[in-house]
Amino acid sequence: MPSLPDPTGIADRIARWRRRPVRVNWRASLGLVGSILVWIAVPLSFPLILAGYYDEPLLPFLVTIAVTLGVGRGLERLSGDADLGGREAFLMVALAWLAVGLIGAIPFLVAGNGVIAHPVDALFESMSGITTTGATVLVDFSVHGRSILMWRQVIQWLGGLGVLVLAISVLSQLSIGGTQLMETETQTQDVHKLSPHIEETARMLWSLYSGITLACAGALYVLHLVGIAPGMTPYNALAHALTAVATAGFSPAPGSVGAFSRAAQWTIIPFMFIGATNFILIYHFIRGDWLRPVRNEEFRYYVGVVVGTTVLMALLLLTDPSVSFPLEAKLRHATFQVVSILTTTGFATVDFNGWSPAAKHVLFLLMFLGGMAGSTTCSIKLLRWIIVMKGFRRDLFTAVHTDAVRPIRLSGTVVEEETVRDVYAYTLLSVVIFFALTAFVAVDGARAGLEISEFEAMSAAAATFFNIGPAFGVAGPFGSYHPFSNATKAAMIVLMWVGRIEIIPVFVLLTPAYWRS
Amino acid sequence: MSPSTVRPRWVADGRAWISVVVETTPQIPSRGTASRYGGHNPFTLPPRTPAYETRGGRSVHVVIIGAGQVGESIAADLQHDHDVVVVENRADRADELTYALDVLTITGDGTDLDTLEEADIGEADMVLATTDDDETNIVACSTAKAITPSAFTIARIKNTKYLRTWEHDEGAFGIDLMVCTNLLTAESIVRVVGLPAARDVDVFAGGRVQMAEFEIGDGSPIVDQTVEEADRFDSLTFAAILRDGDVEVPRGDSCLLAGDRVVVIGSPHSVQTFARTIAPEESPDESAEVVVIGGSEIGYHVCRLLEKRGLSPRLVEQDHERARTLAEQLPETLVMESDATDMGFLEREHVGDADILVSTLDSDEKNLLECLLARRLGVERTVAVIDRTSYVDLFETVGVDVGVSPREVVAEEITRFTQSGSAENVAFIESDRAEVLEVEISADSALAGKTIRDAMADLPECVVIGAITRNRELIVPRGDTEIRAGDHVVVFVETPVVDEVTALL
Repeated sequence: MPSLPDPTGIADRIARWRRRPVRVNWRASLGLVGSILVWIAVPLSFPLILAGYYDEPLLPFLVTIAVTLGVGRGLERLSGDADLGGREAFLMVALAWLAVGLIGAIPFLVAGNGVIAHPVDALFESMSGITTTGATVLVDFSVHGRSILMWRQVIQWLGGLGVLVLAISVLSQLSIGGTQLMETETQTQDVHKLSPHIEETARMLWSLYSGITLACAGALYVLHLVGIAPGMTPYNALAHALTAVATAGFSPAPGSVGAFSRAAQWTIIPFMFIGATNFILIYHFIRGDWLRPVRNEEFRYYVGVVVGTTVLMALLLLTDPSVSFPLEAKLRHATFQVVSILTTTGFATVDFNGWSPAAKHVLFLLMFLGGMAGSTTCSIKLLRWIIVMKGFRRDLFTAVHTDAVRPIRLSGTVVEEETVRDVYAYTLLSVVIFFALTAFVAVDGARAGLEISEFEAMSAAAATFFNIGPAFGVAGPFGSYHPFSNATKAAMIVLMWVGRIEIIPVFVLLTPAYWRS
Repeated sequence: MSPSTVRPRWVADGRAWISVVVETTPQIPSRGTASRYGGHNPFTLPPRTPAYETRGGRSVHVVIIGAGQVGESIAADLQHDHDVVVVENRADRADELTYALDVLTITGDGTDLDTLEEADIGEADMVLATTDDDETNIVACSTAKAITPSAFTIARIKNTKYLRTWEHDEGAFGIDLMVCTNLLTAESIVRVVGLPAARDVDVFAGGRVQMAEFEIGDGSPIVDQTVEEADRFDSLTFAAILRDGDVEVPRGDSCLLAGDRVVVIGSPHSVQTFARTIAPEESPDESAEVVVIGGSEIGYHVCRLLEKRGLSPRLVEQDHERARTLAEQLPETLVMESDATDMGFLEREHVGDADILVSTLDSDEKNLLECLLARRLGVERTVAVIDRTSYVDLFETVGVDVGVSPREVVAEEITRFTQSGSAENVAFIESDRAEVLEVEISADSALAGKTIRDAMADLPECVVIGAITRNRELIVPRGDTEIRAGDHVVVFVETPVVDEVTALL
């Protein structure tokens, strides 16, 4: 075949690039993803037992366990020696989350009930679960078995602290590259080892996470026993504890937390707050270092933002004549919604679609903040905003004093200039992706004949990309993402995945230099 | 109180040197003898306080490692009374010293066993490691201590982290005395900055007593008054009047003239009040604007210590990397990266409005230039670090308000240490024409139980009792004040009679 003319030389450059050897040990990455999939069989056995208990079909979970074991074992054979460097870590983080998201969808498909019998919807629900987004496509909750609904909660809990933190705690192969993985997964550099062994650090984090979850479930169940939370059966107590501490937001009840009593709602607030607090900080706090959170600048900002916006929201609700709750309910709804959105949980106690534009926009802006780095929260995270803010303040200062040298400090520690640049880039990239998704949702919505305002499109884009969950309008707190077109849902699936692992691990895979250089 | 002005702790518990006194009759020249050899000699010891051991009858064997400026200066001070061996690794430098001083020089590595043995380290009474490298000094002292445990080791250190380690565990690294040049210099500068009108400031009795030297300006309210008239400040004593290079002990009818310098001793508050009275426009407060030029170690410590006093200085450093490091280490300091002699920069940043400018650049000439420049821009007061002690007077004449010589500071510190048997603290006035000493009165002191009036009769004329602290409280010395055993007395003494006075006290 005669070669086509190649005026730009692109084909030639691609050919040259392809001749270079692949520098990524993708077999090692895939092998380790396989090991993770094998381990997913363990959490899968929980809904299986539940299905047996409630006399529901066992098949969805049996099939999934078979698939995950089969695929997992198959992938494990690929890897010779697990030589995990920086490049392999990116690939593994990206693939692990994708693989667990795919596996998570299988029970929905096999069960075949309701809207999630469709592959796109099943994958949306599963990805929304594992990324702790909490955006649901479910329309009618009653057609789904309790075991299927519990599986949604369980995958959210697994995704909360991070699939890889879990992997590090159980896979001894990861004891060497583990720190890198953990930092790649959360894009934070303050994974201070709690113990010299990363494996043990990961285990400590998971014990802490499990402990807080059990405490939450226990507290909710006690309310039930005392009689002030009638709906909080052991099933509901556990289900909500799993997704509150994971700041995830799925609920087996169609009315979310709004379906439960005042006492239950007040109880869940502090656990969402704790879930979005740096776990290392919590660990030291529990170990008796009481003043450590106070010394931490990010924590002080976190408390400040929560208190400030809660007061603002309460004032907005109190002065809004169209909202007709009693005083306590106004305070409760203000606090709950602020904490839920800020921590990226996405629970709701009330349909805030009916609130005033001011209140809605406050919630919308909170979507961009997120909780503390090193927690289960998503979104941009306060740490980055603090650095951006301080960087901006520094720029204003050096505009006048051109020779001044001003390092940026956080809790008294100097932040490296390279980190500052990374944070700027990350924040800007997040906002750009957010706008791109907004445009896509709005345009695709118009194409598919979906009535959606620009604000609703923006909120849906933010709620999925920043892993929050409920948006405004059709996808509101008691609504569903089902009306969106499949194309929009597919874009959201990808961006939930990208957003949860903080963009870089996915985008870096798209660069030629990553593969061959 | 800052670490280096604290008496070495091992002296306080007494164990390190009491054993020494018992079995030796050291042939150490007395202080008075030493003073005759031009300039002060920090390493001679008063007879009652041998800090290191010597063996029967021969002169003291001193090994100095490193023939840099400090090493040379110390060797010059010691050459006449002691057997001094200088170890230096640069052959040309060692040669230079052989011709310049009456010492034995050995070319070699001061941490090398063979070299040290060649320097007769086994017989050493004192080992001084004064190279520019901290680690070398530490290793050299440790090595010397390992070979000759009886040798008294002194290390010059720049990095304060080693000083902290040493203070944490006295005798760490086998070092008996650690002297941190940069920190001492910075402390000295900060004392001057803290009392801007003063030419010299020293603290005694754990900070309860301050000594300060002031120049009386033309417009000062005490000009042409007698000391009796001027003495209206609570708990403040006029210790001396310095006029045309002479030291005069003030009497009630002595007249204070413009251009005189007075040494006052009293509580920090009274010294502050005095400063405000005679130089109100220079009175210091926390909003004082301080500019430090040069991010050397001294500049760094000056800023750090000023930060501790609640000030926010500005620091100018030319080197990019260094400026960044300093900015990271000094949260309250505004670090600027620029050439400090760039007029554009100085005007842009309104350096002329500063109250005080401290120049800590690496060369004396640059510091002088910087201070003159600052003067022209309108800075009220300039302080310069001057390496060459001989330049201090010259620079102060030309326009630098206060010159601080690191070497002099180190010498003072070491002398302060060697005196520490009874005199806990000492400050030099006018390049060693007089001293201010802090002495604890022992029960067998000739002064114990006497009133000041009687005590003064026993003491030579050129002595002033500046302040007394009893049970950690300041007592203003008046004629009928009784001196008791256990009191700490701060006295001003002219150098020629120091030995006589210390013997009496």
